[in-house]
Amino acid sequence: MTDPLVEVRDLVFVYPGGVRALDGVDLQVQPGEKLAIIGQNGSGKSTLVRHFVGLLRATSGEVRVGGQPVGRRHVAELARTVGIAFQNPDRQIFAARVRDEVEFGPRNLGLRGAELQGRAAAALSAAGLEQRLDANPYDLGYSQRKLLGLASVLAMGTPLMVLDEPTTGQDARGVKRVEGLIDELAARGTTVVVISHDMRFVAETAARVVVMRAGRIVDDGPPESVFAEAHWPLLASTYLEPPLAARAGARLGLGSTPTDAALVARALEAGPRGVSRPG
Amino acid sequence: MSLILRDATYRYAGVGHPALTDISLEIVPGSVLAVVGANEAGKSTLCLLAAGLAPTTIGGELRGTVEIDGLATIGARPPELAQRCGILFQNAETQLSGTAATVWEEVAFGPRNLSLPLDEVVERTEAALSALGVEELAPRDPGRLSGGQAQLVALAAVLAMRPAYLVLDEPTSQLDPQGTQLVGSALQRLAQESGAGLLVVEHKTDLLASIAEECVVLADGKIVARGSAGDVLADPRLDEWGVEPPSTARIERAARSAGVQEPMLSALATRP
Repeated sequence: MTDPLVEVRDLVFVYPGGVRALDGVDLQVQPGEKLAIIGQNGSGKSTLVRHFVGLLRATSGEVRVGGQPVGRRHVAELARTVGIAFQNPDRQIFAARVRDEVEFGPRNLGLRGAELQGRAAAALSAAGLEQRLDANPYDLGYSQRKLLGLASVLAMGTPLMVLDEPTTGQDARGVKRVEGLIDELAARGTTVVVISHDMRFVAETAARVVVMRAGRIVDDGPPESVFAEAHWPLLASTYLEPPLAARAGARLGLGSTPTDAALVARALEAGPRGVSRPG
Repeated sequence: MSLILRDATYRYAGVGHPALTDISLEIVPGSVLAVVGANEAGKSTLCLLAAGLAPTTIGGELRGTVEIDGLATIGARPPELAQRCGILFQNAETQLSGTAATVWEEVAFGPRNLSLPLDEVVERTEAALSALGVEELAPRDPGRLSGGQAQLVALAAVLAMRPAYLVLDEPTSQLDPQGTQLVGSALQRLAQESGAGLLVVEHKTDLLASIAEECVVLADGKIVARGSAGDVLADPRLDEWGVEPPSTARIERAARSAGVQEPMLSALATRP
Protein backbone atom coordinates (compact mmCIF):
# COMPACT_ATOMS: atom_id res chain seq x y z
CA MET A 1 0.00 0.00 0.00
CA THR A 2 1.42 3.35 -1.02
CA ASP A 3 1.03 6.43 1.14
CA PRO A 4 -2.33 8.10 0.59
CA LEU A 5 -2.30 11.34 -1.37
CA VAL A 6 -5.12 12.70 0.76
CA GLU A 7 -5.70 11.67 4.33
CA VAL A 8 -8.60 13.09 6.30
CA ARG A 9 -8.94 12.21 9.98
CA ASP A 10 -11.99 12.95 12.10
CA LEU A 11 -12.55 16.22 10.29
CA VAL A 12 -15.11 18.58 11.77
CA PHE A 13 -15.95 21.92 10.23
CA VAL A 14 -18.40 24.43 11.65
CA TYR A 15 -19.20 27.50 9.55
CA PRO A 16 -19.31 30.84 11.33
CA GLY A 17 -22.96 31.03 12.35
CA GLY A 18 -22.94 27.50 13.65
CA VAL A 19 -23.79 25.24 10.71
CA ARG A 20 -21.92 22.00 11.32
CA ALA A 21 -21.06 21.10 7.72
CA LEU A 22 -18.64 18.27 8.49
CA ASP A 23 -19.21 16.05 11.46
CA GLY A 24 -16.27 13.67 11.74
CA VAL A 25 -15.08 12.67 8.26
CA ASP A 26 -12.42 10.00 7.72
CA LEU A 27 -11.18 9.45 4.17
CA GLN A 28 -8.06 8.25 2.41
CA VAL A 29 -7.47 8.80 -1.28
CA GLN A 30 -4.68 6.80 -2.93
CA PRO A 31 -2.60 8.22 -5.78
CA GLY A 32 -4.24 7.56 -9.18
CA GLU A 33 -7.75 6.97 -7.82
CA LYS A 34 -10.88 8.13 -9.65
CA LEU A 35 -13.18 9.00 -6.80
CA ALA A 36 -16.67 10.48 -6.83
CA ILE A 37 -18.38 12.10 -3.85
CA ILE A 38 -22.18 12.07 -3.88
CA GLY A 39 -24.81 13.19 -1.38
CA GLN A 40 -27.77 15.49 -1.07
CA ASN A 41 -27.46 19.27 -1.35
CA GLY A 42 -25.84 20.63 1.78
CA SER A 43 -24.39 17.27 2.87
CA GLY A 44 -20.86 18.73 3.02
CA LYS A 45 -19.31 17.63 -0.29
CA SER A 46 -17.96 21.01 -1.37
CA THR A 47 -16.96 21.87 2.19
CA LEU A 48 -14.90 18.67 2.40
CA VAL A 49 -12.92 19.22 -0.81
CA ARG A 50 -12.22 22.84 0.06
CA HIS A 51 -10.13 21.50 2.92
CA PHE A 52 -7.89 19.71 0.40
CA VAL A 53 -6.74 23.06 -1.00
CA GLY A 54 -6.54 24.90 2.28
CA LEU A 55 -9.49 27.17 1.42
CA LEU A 56 -11.09 26.16 4.69
CA ARG A 57 -9.28 25.30 7.90
CA ALA A 58 -10.56 22.41 9.99
CA THR A 59 -12.46 23.25 13.17
CA SER A 60 -10.96 20.02 14.50
CA GLY A 61 -9.37 16.92 13.05
CA GLU A 62 -6.69 16.82 10.39
CA VAL A 63 -6.26 16.93 6.62
CA ARG A 64 -2.98 15.81 5.04
CA VAL A 65 -2.16 16.15 1.38
CA GLY A 66 1.00 14.49 0.10
CA GLY A 67 1.79 13.39 3.64
CA GLN A 68 1.81 16.89 5.12
CA PRO A 69 -0.85 18.65 7.15
CA VAL A 70 -2.65 21.18 4.95
CA GLY A 71 -2.87 23.68 7.79
CA ARG A 72 0.88 24.13 7.85
CA ARG A 73 1.36 24.50 4.10
CA HIS A 74 1.26 27.68 2.05
CA VAL A 75 -1.69 27.99 -0.29
CA ALA A 76 0.80 28.80 -3.08
CA GLU A 77 2.69 25.61 -2.41
CA LEU A 78 -0.49 23.53 -2.12
CA ALA A 79 -1.51 24.85 -5.53
CA ARG A 80 1.30 22.76 -7.05
CA THR A 81 -0.30 19.62 -5.64
CA VAL A 82 -4.03 20.25 -5.77
CA GLY A 83 -6.14 21.97 -8.42
CA ILE A 84 -9.80 22.70 -7.84
CA ALA A 85 -12.45 23.66 -10.39
CA PHE A 86 -15.31 25.34 -8.58
CA GLN A 87 -18.96 24.56 -8.99
CA ASN A 88 -19.56 28.16 -10.05
CA PRO A 89 -17.01 29.13 -12.75
CA ASP A 90 -17.66 32.83 -12.11
CA ARG A 91 -15.99 32.46 -8.71
CA GLN A 92 -12.87 31.43 -10.53
CA ILE A 93 -12.58 33.35 -13.80
CA PHE A 94 -11.01 36.80 -13.71
CA ALA A 95 -8.93 37.36 -16.87
CA ALA A 96 -10.08 39.39 -19.89
CA ARG A 97 -9.06 36.75 -22.43
CA VAL A 98 -9.54 32.98 -22.46
CA ARG A 99 -5.84 32.47 -23.20
CA ASP A 100 -4.73 34.61 -20.23
CA GLU A 101 -7.10 32.81 -17.91
CA VAL A 102 -5.57 29.44 -18.73
CA GLU A 103 -1.96 30.67 -18.75
CA PHE A 104 -2.28 32.39 -15.38
CA GLY A 105 -1.84 29.25 -13.27
CA PRO A 106 1.13 27.67 -15.03
CA ARG A 107 2.79 31.10 -15.33
CA ASN A 108 2.65 31.38 -11.57
CA LEU A 109 4.26 27.97 -11.36
CA GLY A 110 7.21 29.56 -13.19
CA LEU A 111 6.52 28.23 -16.69
CA ARG A 112 7.42 30.45 -19.64
CA GLY A 113 7.65 30.39 -23.44
CA ALA A 114 6.93 27.24 -25.39
CA GLU A 115 6.33 25.13 -22.29
CA LEU A 116 3.73 27.56 -20.97
CA GLN A 117 1.97 27.82 -24.31
CA GLY A 118 2.06 24.08 -24.85
CA ARG A 119 0.48 23.46 -21.47
CA ALA A 120 -2.25 26.05 -22.09
CA ALA A 121 -2.93 24.86 -25.64
CA ALA A 122 -3.32 21.24 -24.53
CA ALA A 123 -5.75 22.20 -21.76
CA LEU A 124 -7.78 24.43 -24.06
CA SER A 125 -8.07 21.81 -26.74
CA ALA A 126 -9.10 19.18 -24.16
CA ALA A 127 -11.87 21.58 -23.16
CA GLY A 128 -12.79 22.28 -26.79
CA LEU A 129 -12.01 26.00 -26.49
CA GLU A 130 -9.11 26.24 -28.96
CA GLN A 131 -11.18 28.45 -31.28
CA ARG A 132 -11.97 30.96 -28.54
CA LEU A 133 -8.46 31.95 -27.40
CA ASP A 134 -8.99 35.69 -27.66
CA ALA A 135 -12.61 35.77 -26.51
CA ASN A 136 -13.54 37.50 -23.29
CA PRO A 137 -14.60 34.73 -20.89
CA TYR A 138 -17.78 36.64 -20.11
CA ASP A 139 -18.80 36.51 -23.77
CA LEU A 140 -18.88 32.73 -23.45
CA GLY A 141 -22.03 30.92 -22.35
CA TYR A 142 -22.21 29.37 -18.89
CA SER A 143 -21.32 25.87 -20.10
CA GLN A 144 -18.23 27.14 -21.88
CA ARG A 145 -17.17 29.23 -18.89
CA LYS A 146 -17.46 26.04 -16.90
CA LEU A 147 -15.19 24.23 -19.38
CA LEU A 148 -12.78 27.19 -19.19
CA GLY A 149 -12.67 26.77 -15.42
CA LEU A 150 -11.76 23.12 -15.95
CA ALA A 151 -9.11 23.99 -18.56
CA SER A 152 -7.43 26.47 -16.20
CA VAL A 153 -7.10 23.84 -13.53
CA LEU A 154 -6.00 21.22 -16.05
CA ALA A 155 -3.21 23.52 -17.21
CA MET A 156 -1.75 23.46 -13.69
CA GLY A 157 -0.89 19.78 -14.17
CA THR A 158 -1.34 19.05 -10.48
CA PRO A 159 -1.19 15.44 -9.24
CA LEU A 160 -4.62 15.89 -7.60
CA MET A 161 -7.58 17.43 -9.40
CA VAL A 162 -10.83 18.24 -7.65
CA LEU A 163 -13.83 18.91 -9.91
CA ASP A 164 -16.93 20.24 -8.16
CA GLU A 165 -19.96 19.35 -10.29
CA PRO A 166 -18.15 19.54 -13.62
CA THR A 167 -21.18 18.49 -15.70
CA THR A 168 -23.81 20.98 -14.54
CA GLY A 169 -25.07 23.07 -17.43
CA GLN A 170 -23.37 20.80 -19.97
CA ASP A 171 -25.21 19.29 -22.91
CA ALA A 172 -24.71 15.68 -24.02
CA ARG A 173 -21.47 16.51 -25.85
CA GLY A 174 -20.20 18.61 -22.96
CA VAL A 175 -20.76 15.72 -20.53
CA LYS A 176 -18.87 13.36 -22.89
CA ARG A 177 -16.06 15.89 -23.10
CA VAL A 178 -15.80 16.03 -19.31
CA GLU A 179 -15.83 12.22 -19.17
CA GLY A 180 -13.05 12.10 -21.75
CA LEU A 181 -11.08 14.69 -19.85
CA ILE A 182 -11.26 12.69 -16.64
CA ASP A 183 -10.20 9.49 -18.42
CA GLU A 184 -7.25 11.34 -19.89
CA LEU A 185 -6.23 12.67 -16.48
CA ALA A 186 -6.51 9.22 -14.98
CA ALA A 187 -4.40 7.76 -17.81
CA ARG A 188 -1.70 10.29 -16.88
CA GLY A 189 -1.81 9.03 -13.30
CA THR A 190 -3.58 12.11 -11.95
CA THR A 191 -5.79 11.52 -8.95
CA VAL A 192 -9.29 12.80 -9.65
CA VAL A 193 -11.94 13.65 -7.06
CA VAL A 194 -15.25 14.63 -8.59
CA ILE A 195 -18.44 15.85 -6.92
CA SER A 196 -21.65 15.20 -8.84
CA HIS A 197 -25.40 14.75 -8.61
CA ASP A 198 -25.49 13.00 -11.96
CA MET A 199 -25.61 9.35 -10.95
CA ARG A 200 -25.19 8.05 -14.50
CA PHE A 201 -22.05 10.16 -14.90
CA VAL A 202 -20.74 8.97 -11.53
CA ALA A 203 -21.33 5.30 -12.36
CA GLU A 204 -19.65 5.71 -15.76
CA THR A 205 -16.67 7.70 -14.54
CA ALA A 206 -15.68 6.79 -10.99
CA ALA A 207 -13.92 3.66 -9.79
CA ARG A 208 -14.86 4.47 -6.20
CA VAL A 209 -17.91 6.28 -4.85
CA VAL A 210 -18.14 7.95 -1.45
CA VAL A 211 -21.64 8.77 -0.15
CA MET A 212 -22.11 11.68 2.26
CA ARG A 213 -25.04 12.46 4.51
CA ALA A 214 -25.28 15.32 6.98
CA GLY A 215 -21.53 15.89 7.17
CA ARG A 216 -20.48 12.25 7.42
CA ILE A 217 -19.42 9.49 5.06
CA VAL A 218 -22.05 6.75 5.12
CA ASP A 219 -20.92 4.50 2.26
CA ASP A 220 -17.73 3.95 0.29
CA GLY A 221 -17.06 1.45 -2.49
CA PRO A 222 -17.04 0.77 -6.23
CA PRO A 223 -20.21 1.74 -8.18
CA GLU A 224 -21.23 -1.95 -8.35
CA SER A 225 -21.47 -1.96 -4.57
CA VAL A 226 -22.74 1.55 -3.78
CA PHE A 227 -25.51 1.31 -6.41
CA ALA A 228 -26.39 -2.35 -5.63
CA GLU A 229 -29.97 -2.98 -4.53
CA ALA A 230 -28.99 -3.72 -0.93
CA HIS A 231 -27.57 -0.20 -0.65
CA TRP A 232 -30.63 1.62 -2.01
CA PRO A 233 -32.15 2.35 1.41
CA LEU A 234 -28.87 4.01 2.38
CA LEU A 235 -28.91 6.07 -0.84
CA ALA A 236 -32.53 7.01 -0.23
CA SER A 237 -31.62 8.20 3.26
CA THR A 238 -29.48 10.88 1.63
CA TYR A 239 -32.13 11.50 -1.05
CA LEU A 240 -30.25 9.87 -3.90
CA GLU A 241 -31.42 7.24 -6.27
CA PRO A 242 -29.29 4.83 -8.32
CA PRO A 243 -28.91 5.32 -12.08
CA LEU A 244 -31.72 3.91 -14.23
CA ALA A 245 -29.41 1.11 -15.47
CA ALA A 246 -28.96 -0.11 -11.87
CA ARG A 247 -32.71 -0.01 -11.23
CA ALA A 248 -33.46 -1.85 -14.46
CA GLY A 249 -30.83 -4.51 -13.70
CA ALA A 250 -32.20 -5.16 -10.22
CA ARG A 251 -35.80 -5.23 -11.41
CA LEU A 252 -34.98 -7.83 -14.05
CA GLY A 253 -32.80 -9.94 -11.74
CA LEU A 254 -29.63 -9.17 -13.70
CA GLY A 255 -27.56 -8.24 -10.64
CA SER A 256 -25.79 -4.95 -9.96
CA THR A 257 -25.50 -3.05 -13.25
CA PRO A 258 -24.65 0.58 -12.49
CA THR A 259 -23.81 1.48 -16.11
CA ASP A 260 -25.71 1.10 -19.39
CA ALA A 261 -22.85 -1.04 -20.69
CA ALA A 262 -23.00 -3.41 -17.69
CA LEU A 263 -26.78 -3.69 -18.01
CA VAL A 264 -26.65 -4.46 -21.72
CA ALA A 265 -23.86 -7.02 -21.24
CA ARG A 266 -25.84 -8.87 -18.53
CA ALA A 267 -28.99 -8.73 -20.64
CA LEU A 268 -27.13 -10.31 -23.54
CA GLU A 269 -25.77 -13.06 -21.29
CA ALA A 270 -29.23 -13.74 -19.91
CA GLY A 271 -30.70 -14.08 -23.40
CA PRO A 272 -34.05 -12.81 -24.69
CA ARG A 273 -36.12 -14.81 -22.19
CA GLY A 274 -33.78 -14.36 -19.26
CA VAL A 275 -36.13 -11.99 -17.51
CA SER A 276 -36.34 -13.57 -14.08
CA ARG A 277 -38.34 -10.75 -12.51
CA PRO A 278 -40.32 -9.27 -15.36
CA GLY A 279 -41.44 -5.76 -14.54
CA MET B 1 -53.99 35.44 -23.32
CA SER B 2 -50.52 34.01 -23.50
CA LEU B 3 -46.85 34.91 -23.82
CA ILE B 4 -46.12 35.01 -27.53
CA LEU B 5 -42.93 35.37 -29.56
CA ARG B 6 -43.59 36.16 -33.23
CA ASP B 7 -40.76 35.85 -35.77
CA ALA B 8 -38.39 37.09 -33.13
CA THR B 9 -34.80 37.65 -34.22
CA TYR B 10 -32.48 39.02 -31.57
CA ARG B 11 -28.89 40.14 -31.61
CA TYR B 12 -26.83 41.20 -28.60
CA ALA B 13 -25.44 44.73 -28.64
CA GLY B 14 -22.16 44.87 -30.54
CA VAL B 15 -22.49 41.38 -32.02
CA GLY B 16 -22.88 40.97 -35.78
CA HIS B 17 -24.84 37.73 -36.01
CA PRO B 18 -28.15 37.12 -34.29
CA ALA B 19 -28.25 34.84 -31.24
CA LEU B 20 -31.83 33.83 -32.14
CA THR B 21 -33.46 33.79 -35.56
CA ASP B 22 -37.15 33.69 -36.47
CA ILE B 23 -38.42 32.29 -33.20
CA SER B 24 -42.17 31.87 -32.94
CA LEU B 25 -43.63 30.18 -29.91
CA GLU B 26 -46.37 30.51 -27.36
CA ILE B 27 -46.31 29.95 -23.62
CA VAL B 28 -49.88 29.06 -22.68
CA PRO B 29 -51.24 29.57 -19.15
CA GLY B 30 -51.53 26.28 -17.27
CA SER B 31 -48.91 24.46 -19.34
CA VAL B 32 -45.21 23.65 -19.36
CA LEU B 33 -43.16 24.25 -22.51
CA ALA B 34 -39.75 22.56 -22.54
CA VAL B 35 -36.75 23.93 -24.41
CA VAL B 36 -33.77 21.69 -25.15
CA GLY B 37 -30.65 22.18 -27.22
CA ALA B 38 -26.87 21.99 -27.23
CA ASN B 39 -24.66 24.42 -25.35
CA GLU B 40 -24.65 27.81 -27.09
CA ALA B 41 -27.83 27.01 -29.03
CA GLY B 42 -29.48 30.17 -27.67
CA LYS B 43 -31.52 28.73 -24.78
CA SER B 44 -30.51 31.31 -22.16
CA THR B 45 -30.97 34.11 -24.68
CA LEU B 46 -34.47 32.80 -25.35
CA CYS B 47 -35.19 33.06 -21.61
CA LEU B 48 -34.01 36.68 -21.51
CA LEU B 49 -36.08 37.49 -24.57
CA ALA B 50 -39.27 35.79 -23.37
CA ALA B 51 -39.11 37.51 -19.98
CA GLY B 52 -38.54 40.87 -21.70
CA LEU B 53 -35.10 41.51 -20.18
CA ALA B 54 -33.75 41.46 -23.73
CA PRO B 55 -33.72 44.01 -25.21
CA THR B 56 -35.47 46.27 -22.64
CA THR B 57 -32.89 45.90 -19.87
CA ILE B 58 -29.78 44.45 -21.49
CA GLY B 59 -29.96 46.21 -24.87
CA GLY B 60 -29.43 44.62 -28.25
CA GLU B 61 -31.82 44.58 -31.17
CA LEU B 62 -35.10 42.71 -31.55
CA ARG B 63 -36.94 42.22 -34.83
CA GLY B 64 -40.37 40.65 -34.57
CA THR B 65 -42.40 40.90 -31.38
CA VAL B 66 -42.61 39.51 -27.89
CA GLU B 67 -45.91 40.07 -26.09
CA ILE B 68 -46.95 39.12 -22.59
CA ASP B 69 -50.76 39.04 -22.44
CA GLY B 70 -50.86 41.66 -25.15
CA LEU B 71 -48.15 43.89 -23.63
CA ALA B 72 -45.20 44.31 -26.03
CA THR B 73 -41.97 43.85 -24.06
CA ILE B 74 -40.26 46.59 -26.07
CA GLY B 75 -41.09 49.86 -24.42
CA ALA B 76 -42.58 48.23 -21.32
CA ARG B 77 -41.21 49.33 -17.97
CA PRO B 78 -39.22 46.70 -16.03
CA PRO B 79 -41.71 46.55 -13.09
CA GLU B 80 -44.60 45.93 -15.52
CA LEU B 81 -42.67 43.03 -16.99
CA ALA B 82 -41.52 41.67 -13.64
CA GLN B 83 -45.08 41.40 -12.36
CA ARG B 84 -46.17 39.42 -15.40
CA CYS B 85 -43.21 37.18 -16.07
CA GLY B 86 -40.65 35.88 -13.58
CA ILE B 87 -37.26 34.56 -14.58
CA LEU B 88 -34.88 32.19 -12.83
CA PHE B 89 -31.31 32.61 -14.01
CA GLN B 90 -29.00 29.74 -14.69
CA ASN B 91 -26.58 30.88 -12.03
CA ALA B 92 -28.59 31.15 -8.79
CA GLU B 93 -25.94 33.20 -7.08
CA THR B 94 -26.37 36.03 -9.57
CA GLN B 95 -30.07 35.99 -8.76
CA LEU B 96 -29.88 36.40 -5.00
CA SER B 97 -30.11 40.05 -4.04
CA GLY B 98 -27.07 40.13 -1.76
CA THR B 99 -28.95 42.58 0.43
CA ALA B 100 -30.93 40.19 2.63
CA ALA B 101 -29.52 38.94 5.92
CA THR B 102 -31.64 35.79 5.94
CA VAL B 103 -33.20 33.46 3.41
CA TRP B 104 -36.63 34.47 4.71
CA GLU B 105 -35.98 38.13 3.89
CA GLU B 106 -34.53 37.19 0.51
CA VAL B 107 -37.73 35.41 -0.46
CA ALA B 108 -39.91 38.18 1.03
CA PHE B 109 -38.00 40.84 -0.93
CA GLY B 110 -40.09 40.49 -4.10
CA PRO B 111 -43.57 40.45 -2.52
CA ARG B 112 -42.55 43.39 -0.31
CA ASN B 113 -41.71 45.39 -3.39
CA LEU B 114 -45.18 44.71 -4.73
CA SER B 115 -46.45 46.76 -1.77
CA LEU B 116 -48.57 43.86 -0.53
CA PRO B 117 -50.01 43.86 2.99
CA LEU B 118 -47.64 42.29 5.50
CA ASP B 119 -49.75 39.20 6.17
CA GLU B 120 -49.76 38.41 2.48
CA VAL B 121 -45.98 38.89 2.27
CA VAL B 122 -45.62 36.40 5.12
CA GLU B 123 -48.07 33.94 3.58
CA ARG B 124 -46.39 34.04 0.16
CA THR B 125 -42.90 33.73 1.61
CA GLU B 126 -43.79 30.73 3.72
CA ALA B 127 -45.76 29.06 0.94
CA ALA B 128 -42.84 29.44 -1.49
CA LEU B 129 -40.30 28.06 1.00
CA SER B 130 -42.48 25.09 1.84
CA ALA B 131 -43.34 24.33 -1.82
CA LEU B 132 -39.63 23.63 -2.29
CA GLY B 133 -39.07 21.96 1.06
CA VAL B 134 -36.59 24.57 2.30
CA GLU B 135 -38.45 26.02 5.31
CA GLU B 136 -35.54 25.09 7.54
CA LEU B 137 -33.22 27.39 5.56
CA ALA B 138 -35.32 30.45 6.51
CA PRO B 139 -32.96 31.82 9.18
CA ARG B 140 -29.77 31.10 7.19
CA ASP B 141 -27.49 33.65 5.53
CA PRO B 142 -28.19 33.49 1.75
CA GLY B 143 -24.47 34.00 1.09
CA ARG B 144 -23.58 30.80 2.91
CA LEU B 145 -25.75 28.27 1.15
CA SER B 146 -24.55 25.31 -0.88
CA GLY B 147 -24.98 25.60 -4.65
CA GLY B 148 -28.17 23.54 -4.65
CA GLN B 149 -29.66 25.31 -1.65
CA ALA B 150 -28.99 28.67 -3.32
CA GLN B 151 -30.82 27.45 -6.41
CA LEU B 152 -33.88 26.41 -4.39
CA VAL B 153 -33.93 29.72 -2.52
CA ALA B 154 -33.64 31.71 -5.76
CA LEU B 155 -36.56 29.73 -7.17
CA ALA B 156 -38.60 30.26 -4.00
CA ALA B 157 -38.01 34.01 -4.35
CA VAL B 158 -39.39 33.90 -7.89
CA LEU B 159 -42.38 31.75 -6.88
CA ALA B 160 -43.26 34.22 -4.12
CA MET B 161 -43.85 36.86 -6.82
CA ARG B 162 -46.61 34.61 -8.22
CA PRO B 163 -46.06 35.72 -11.80
CA ALA B 164 -48.51 34.64 -14.52
CA TYR B 165 -45.58 33.37 -16.56
CA LEU B 166 -42.30 31.93 -15.45
CA VAL B 167 -39.14 31.36 -17.45
CA LEU B 168 -36.65 28.97 -15.86
CA ASP B 169 -33.09 28.52 -17.11
CA GLU B 170 -31.93 25.10 -15.91
CA PRO B 171 -33.76 25.28 -12.58
CA THR B 172 -32.38 21.95 -11.34
CA SER B 173 -28.78 22.09 -12.60
CA GLN B 174 -27.26 22.08 -9.11
CA LEU B 175 -29.85 19.91 -7.42
CA ASP B 176 -29.66 16.39 -6.07
CA PRO B 177 -32.19 13.90 -7.44
CA GLN B 178 -34.68 14.60 -4.68
CA GLY B 179 -34.40 18.35 -5.14
CA THR B 180 -34.89 17.83 -8.86
CA GLN B 181 -38.10 15.86 -8.29
CA LEU B 182 -39.33 18.40 -5.77
CA VAL B 183 -38.81 21.26 -8.23
CA GLY B 184 -40.42 19.20 -10.98
CA SER B 185 -43.57 18.62 -8.99
CA ALA B 186 -43.64 22.23 -7.73
CA LEU B 187 -43.50 23.45 -11.34
CA GLN B 188 -46.20 21.02 -12.39
CA ARG B 189 -48.45 22.21 -9.55
CA LEU B 190 -47.76 25.81 -10.48
CA ALA B 191 -49.01 25.18 -14.01
CA GLN B 192 -51.90 22.86 -13.17
CA GLU B 193 -53.22 24.42 -9.98
CA SER B 194 -52.22 28.07 -10.25
CA GLY B 195 -52.58 28.24 -14.03
CA ALA B 196 -49.11 29.72 -14.64
CA GLY B 197 -47.49 29.41 -18.07
CA LEU B 198 -43.97 27.97 -17.82
CA LEU B 199 -40.99 27.82 -20.13
CA VAL B 200 -38.35 25.44 -18.80
CA VAL B 201 -34.85 25.08 -20.24
CA GLU B 202 -33.24 21.85 -19.07
CA HIS B 203 -30.64 19.27 -20.02
CA LYS B 204 -32.38 16.72 -17.78
CA THR B 205 -34.70 15.17 -20.34
CA ASP B 206 -35.93 12.59 -17.81
CA LEU B 207 -37.43 15.47 -15.84
CA LEU B 208 -38.88 17.18 -18.92
CA ALA B 209 -40.48 13.95 -20.10
CA SER B 210 -42.44 13.86 -16.86
CA ILE B 211 -43.53 17.52 -16.57
CA ALA B 212 -43.76 19.13 -20.04
CA GLU B 213 -46.60 19.03 -22.54
CA GLU B 214 -44.78 20.61 -25.45
CA CYS B 215 -41.10 20.72 -26.36
CA VAL B 216 -39.01 22.75 -28.79
CA VAL B 217 -35.44 22.01 -29.84
CA LEU B 218 -33.05 24.90 -30.47
CA ALA B 219 -29.94 24.59 -32.62
CA ASP B 220 -27.78 27.54 -33.67
CA GLY B 221 -30.43 30.01 -32.57
CA LYS B 222 -33.26 28.45 -34.56
CA ILE B 223 -36.11 26.12 -33.69
CA VAL B 224 -35.34 22.84 -35.47
CA ALA B 225 -38.11 20.69 -34.00
CA ARG B 226 -41.27 21.13 -31.99
CA GLY B 227 -44.19 19.03 -30.90
CA SER B 228 -45.50 17.10 -27.93
CA ALA B 229 -42.77 16.43 -25.35
CA GLY B 230 -43.28 12.68 -25.80
CA ASP B 231 -42.64 12.82 -29.55
CA VAL B 232 -39.78 15.31 -29.53
CA LEU B 233 -37.90 13.55 -26.72
CA ALA B 234 -38.15 10.26 -28.63
CA ASP B 235 -36.77 11.82 -31.83
CA PRO B 236 -33.71 9.87 -33.06
CA ARG B 237 -32.10 13.17 -34.10
CA LEU B 238 -31.63 14.29 -30.46
CA ASP B 239 -27.98 13.15 -30.56
CA GLU B 240 -27.37 15.24 -33.65
CA TRP B 241 -28.80 18.24 -31.84
CA GLY B 242 -26.55 17.64 -28.85
CA VAL B 243 -29.41 16.61 -26.55
CA GLU B 244 -29.17 13.64 -24.21
CA PRO B 245 -32.24 11.41 -24.75
CA PRO B 246 -34.23 10.30 -21.68
CA SER B 247 -32.58 7.36 -19.86
CA THR B 248 -35.08 4.78 -21.09
CA ALA B 249 -34.52 5.74 -24.72
CA ARG B 250 -30.74 5.75 -24.22
CA ILE B 251 -30.73 2.29 -22.66
CA GLU B 252 -33.07 0.89 -25.29
CA ARG B 253 -30.84 2.17 -28.05
CA ALA B 254 -27.68 0.73 -26.47
CA ALA B 255 -29.40 -2.63 -25.95
CA ARG B 256 -30.80 -2.73 -29.47
CA SER B 257 -27.47 -1.97 -31.09
CA ALA B 258 -25.79 -4.64 -28.91
CA GLY B 259 -28.30 -7.17 -30.26
CA VAL B 260 -30.53 -7.66 -27.20
CA GLN B 261 -33.78 -9.33 -28.35
CA GLU B 262 -37.42 -9.11 -27.27
CA PRO B 263 -38.92 -9.48 -24.72
CA MET B 264 -35.75 -8.51 -22.84
CA LEU B 265 -35.40 -5.40 -24.97
CA SER B 266 -38.77 -3.96 -23.95
CA ALA B 267 -38.23 -5.00 -20.35
CA LEU B 268 -35.00 -2.98 -20.25
CA ALA B 269 -36.64 0.10 -21.68
CA THR B 270 -39.57 0.13 -19.24
CA ARG B 271 -39.31 2.76 -16.52
CA PRO B 272 -39.18 1.12 -13.11
